[in-house]
Amino acid sequence: MGRVGFFTDTSVCIGCKACEVACKEWNAVPDDVLGFTGMSYDNTKGLGASTWRHVAFVEQPHPDFRWLMASDVCKHCTEAACLDVCPTGSLFRTEFGTVVVQEDVCNGCGYCVPACPYGVIGKREGDGLAHKCTMCYDRLGAGMEPACAKTCPTDSIQFGDLDELRERASRRLERLHEAGVGSARLYGHSPADGVGGTAAFFLLLDEPEVYGLPPDPVVTTRDLPSMWRHAAVAAAGLLAGLVALSWRGRS
Amino acid sequence: MTGLTDVRLDGDPALPPGRDAVPESLGRPRERRMVPRADFGSYYGLPVLNEPTWQAHDIAGYLFLGGLAGASSTLAAAAHLTGRPRLARACKTAALCGVTGSLYALIHDLGRPGRFLNMLRVFKVTSPMSVGTWILTAYGPQAGLAAAAALVPGPWPGAARWATVGAGLLGPALATYTAVLISDTAVPAWHGGYREMPFLFAGSAAASAAGIGLLAAPLAEAAPARRAAVAGVAVELAAAARMKHRLGTVAEPLRRGRAGRLLRLGQALSVTGALVGLTAGRRSRRAAVVAGAALLAGSVCTRFGVFEAGTASARDPRYTVEPQRARLTEEEDDTQ
Repeated sequence: MGRVGFFTDTSVCIGCKACEVACKEWNAVPDDVLGFTGMSYDNTKGLGASTWRHVAFVEQPHPDFRWLMASDVCKHCTEAACLDVCPTGSLFRTEFGTVVVQEDVCNGCGYCVPACPYGVIGKREGDGLAHKCTMCYDRLGAGMEPACAKTCPTDSIQFGDLDELRERASRRLERLHEAGVGSARLYGHSPADGVGGTAAFFLLLDEPEVYGLPPDPVVTTRDLPSMWRHAAVAAAGLLAGLVALSWRGRS
Repeated sequence: MTGLTDVRLDGDPALPPGRDAVPESLGRPRERRMVPRADFGSYYGLPVLNEPTWQAHDIAGYLFLGGLAGASSTLAAAAHLTGRPRLARACKTAALCGVTGSLYALIHDLGRPGRFLNMLRVFKVTSPMSVGTWILTAYGPQAGLAAAAALVPGPWPGAARWATVGAGLLGPALATYTAVLISDTAVPAWHGGYREMPFLFAGSAAASAAGIGLLAAPLAEAAPARRAAVAGVAVELAAAARMKHRLGTVAEPLRRGRAGRLLRLGQALSVTGALVGLTAGRRSRRAAVVAGAALLAGSVCTRFGVFEAGTASARDPRYTVEPQRARLTEEEDDTQ
């Protein structure tokens, strides 16, 4: 099987949160929140160690009232910062092109958490390990689609071959534009973006930041060669400086 | 409140605490802005990024201790080779304490400390933490041997000499890789400052090692420490100024709040330490001790300040969204 992905078409999301529930059930993700956020119907706030699908609710009163709903998920980036910075090799790229944490290897260093430009992965208090969406790695291995896509009643979440999903998304975008929905745009579909394109991409009806998504994320390790070079110069300077200052005027 | 229904209303004393259905009742109360910011879209003001889970006392503490250990080893090696045994001994001891503290802080911060050896199963240049683990693995035993031989004259003076030089050569790598460690994240203030961060850390590390020299070495041997303090603080200040200038809006977390206070205090202490060390610290042992303590405290404050500035910049979606938005606008202008 080639690279697979999610196409989340938020224009047909009805905010039922079946994806959140199916994900929790299938992956045995523990409960993390019990409360009222006051943010429309959102009660999980965002993705983290124990929220692998998060449905955002945006109420826009102007100019005409509109309600945006979107089910967010790990993007399974082509250039994945979490995977790059993981010091144990716990995070790895699967045969489906997805990014998964091996829980028996993770030592809970937490480096992946601030590395993710989307704020997806988190460290769980209980077991001290990093957790995130696996795109239902176990189900994929058995030839099934991920639980969230399976349960989505409106096909807002579509799972499949990534190339085919990208074509389908382009057609959908065209249709929406023809129908006069000028605000529709794709997010994460382009391999030319800062993370080399994402395997989970979206059709949004407003700017990404309105949904809590970064407008132009860049994988942090793109600058890593330059970071190492700067550090090497600084280290050489530190060495040369301390030696030179000690040699000057020695007895 | 006893009516026809048994629905319990907010404020009802019978309601268990923390179960009031009011906005923001979930989680810790957040700071609220009195005036909403214009032209900035966000999802209920929530952060885009997940905040680092690192504890300040562990990781900011490690940034300081790793820098102290690394630069101390280099200063120790230089002192050793230039015939300043007591300065060398003080710095070697500080390096051993620093690296031991570093190791403790790093392991303590792991979610599963028992698995810390998992980091030795791979070597990844894309992971500064992996590179750092190997730097520590190579550096630690040499720093330990150098210190042990300085404190308790051992049977292998030749090995101790090589360990002193080896630790001295590896020290700068330990002192500066930590800048890459925090810069290689999506945290706006850390990543945005990646060009200056290694120089800031190198300067701060040199100043802290100089602090040890002023604190513990006799006046006759402390000349390199006095000079290193001035040079280190100068580099640190220059790097910090340049970083703030280049970061633009994202420099705000470096100036404001707890991080801003820590960084200002750190700079004041560092400058005071360097100047006192260079003047009164030449003649008076007591002044040298004061200068050394100020330099060490300054380096601690600077590292905790940089750490806090990063977490503050991750907490506010503005610092994530605005630079990215500006980049997109620039690209659009370029294509037109």
